[in-house]
Amino acid sequence: MKFRSTDNYIATEDLTIAVNAAVALEKPLLVKGEPGTGKTMLAFEVAQSLNKEIITWHIKSTTTAQQGLYEYDAVSRLRDSQLGEEKVHEIANYIKKGKLWEAFESKKRLVLLIDEIDKADIEFPNDLLLELDKMEFYCYELQKTIKAKQRPIVIITSNNEKELPDAFLRRCFFHYIRFPDEKTMQAIVDVHFPKLDEKLFKNAMKVFYELRDIRGIKKKPSTSELLDWLKLLVVGKVGPAKLADLDLKEDLPPYIGALLKNEQDYDMLNRLRYGFRR
Amino acid sequence: MFIEFFLILKTTGLPVSLREFLTLLEALAKEALPYRVESFYYLSRTILVKHEQYLDRFDQIFGAYFKGIEEIDDALFLNIPEEWLRQNAERMFSEEEKAMIEAMGGLDKLMERLRELLDEQEGRHEGGNKWVGTGGTSPFGAFGYNPEGIRIGGESRQRRAVKIWEKREFKNLDDKVELNTRNMKMALKRLRILTREGRPEEIDVNGSIRRTSENGGMLELEMVPSRRNNVKVLLLLDVGGSMDDHIETCSQLFSAAKYEFKHLEYFYFHNCVYEQLWKDNMRRRSESVSTYEVLRTFNRDYKVIFVGDAAMSPYELTYPGGSVEYRNEEAGMVWLQRIKDRFPDMVWLNPLPVDYWEYYESLSLIQRFMDYRMFPLSLGGLAAAMKALKNRKLAFKQG
Repeated sequence: MKFRSTDNYIATEDLTIAVNAAVALEKPLLVKGEPGTGKTMLAFEVAQSLNKEIITWHIKSTTTAQQGLYEYDAVSRLRDSQLGEEKVHEIANYIKKGKLWEAFESKKRLVLLIDEIDKADIEFPNDLLLELDKMEFYCYELQKTIKAKQRPIVIITSNNEKELPDAFLRRCFFHYIRFPDEKTMQAIVDVHFPKLDEKLFKNAMKVFYELRDIRGIKKKPSTSELLDWLKLLVVGKVGPAKLADLDLKEDLPPYIGALLKNEQDYDMLNRLRYGFRR
Repeated sequence: MFIEFFLILKTTGLPVSLREFLTLLEALAKEALPYRVESFYYLSRTILVKHEQYLDRFDQIFGAYFKGIEEIDDALFLNIPEEWLRQNAERMFSEEEKAMIEAMGGLDKLMERLRELLDEQEGRHEGGNKWVGTGGTSPFGAFGYNPEGIRIGGESRQRRAVKIWEKREFKNLDDKVELNTRNMKMALKRLRILTREGRPEEIDVNGSIRRTSENGGMLELEMVPSRRNNVKVLLLLDVGGSMDDHIETCSQLFSAAKYEFKHLEYFYFHNCVYEQLWKDNMRRRSESVSTYEVLRTFNRDYKVIFVGDAAMSPYELTYPGGSVEYRNEEAGMVWLQRIKDRFPDMVWLNPLPVDYWEYYESLSLIQRFMDYRMFPLSLGGLAAAMKALKNRKLAFKQG
């Protein structure tokens, strides 16, 4: 079974090849790209199209690699020992399994999404080298090695906030999701809005790409913003004519809030409108 | 069969290792790919390239190799923007020369010829009247009979050229130098800002003992967040021209800084900061970033360290179009001010010995602009500069 575009996700050829190679060779796939180009979505779509379960591990700035393996709750064990609890004699009672352990334990092959790996500490990827390579780790408290029964399909996303170490990159396949060209964009929109008025689509795309081209926009609107905006245009019954002659130097497009997500960008647009061009 | 391809990738500087190559072969054996070069391209790209900055280089090599051409177009070759030449043509050529240009078929013809010459020519050339080089009568090149002709390549004799067009191949500051950087690392350590921030995840032993005893011997824990060095540094380095004399010192500094600061960002500029900065001197023309982008990306917590000799023509600071490299729309000072407005903590490290400072007008200008927070790039100066980054009132006193 191979991964390919689904009813609600358009995968370009390079992406499908990358995913299928990673699946076949049991290597983690590192996915990068502009925010909003569907990096996280990809993992769910891979799981769905290959008919696998998915475990997601969302990384935050405080996440440590150890948390993905397991955590030993020494404090509650100490407390239980003072209270004379029976379960204190079994150390396994105080081991909390992490997402990787969960994924390794599964009898069926599943998809493991490690989302936004760049959010964590700079050493985080290095701490996972062996685990991702050999798909095993050692639990000191239980004195046993936990080994994956079925190597999971690992998909890792990164927003490039931090550079990842070379040793880590070596172990991964890499794919950079490019911002879709107009043809791909058309396909993506078609999947989400099969009955969209063609004129409205054309005009909306024009505004959208113009907006993206403004120099100095901090957060360029991307695919997910476009889809949200189109939805608003449809729900708000905005006619194609309203967008036809829209000039960004004169007017703000309707529902602009769906496209621009920060106030500096509004500023930029306003400056453009009032003619303060840099 | 792809060994040659692999070796070419390796020699052209793409970081590939044997491991990836073997993986590629394994993938080819396992994956039943359609017999199309695109599929092979996508597959090899996903396996061999690990960073988007190498995608472009990979594309070039791949394209060249599979066309059967083994020589890869020198990525360093620069196309001279025609716009620049046109803008400057009026000013740079005398009436006589303009007539000569007309005789040669006008500027367009001349540009064409220049491209041909650059294509034809290999290596450095001096004398003669055809090649682009130095000391010849060709209208292109340095120190020629056309005194204000278009300078291409060559070093300025006074090191203070007012206008140069150079196909520069600045040496990248190597951050792998390990010699003698220990002292610098120690100096840089002064910039540690250790904070306990975030989730309490360490047991505070003293606090726990105190609370446990207050609790009549029953366990009571106190947690604190762990201490981390949270300092963020933005390093802006001047390269080329007069900075060539200081490459070694700067490399050491760079190497030490990379080691010491976990949140370190760096960019290069030439002489003065204008609207473009770059990260790789070899590819600066193709891969530069807008200074606005840098101003937006990094927040106010970043401490900015300039490294440069600040020796340039004062026009570069004070007049639009003063840059030695191209026509800048805004004066260097405007850009420096923008950076100052954005980042309140800023120092300048100068590799020139302090005794020489007063001889450069531009240096004094910058010194004043920096509120005298310019420090010599010596161990003492470095330590003082790091202190100044923690205390906005500190400045450098000369003599």
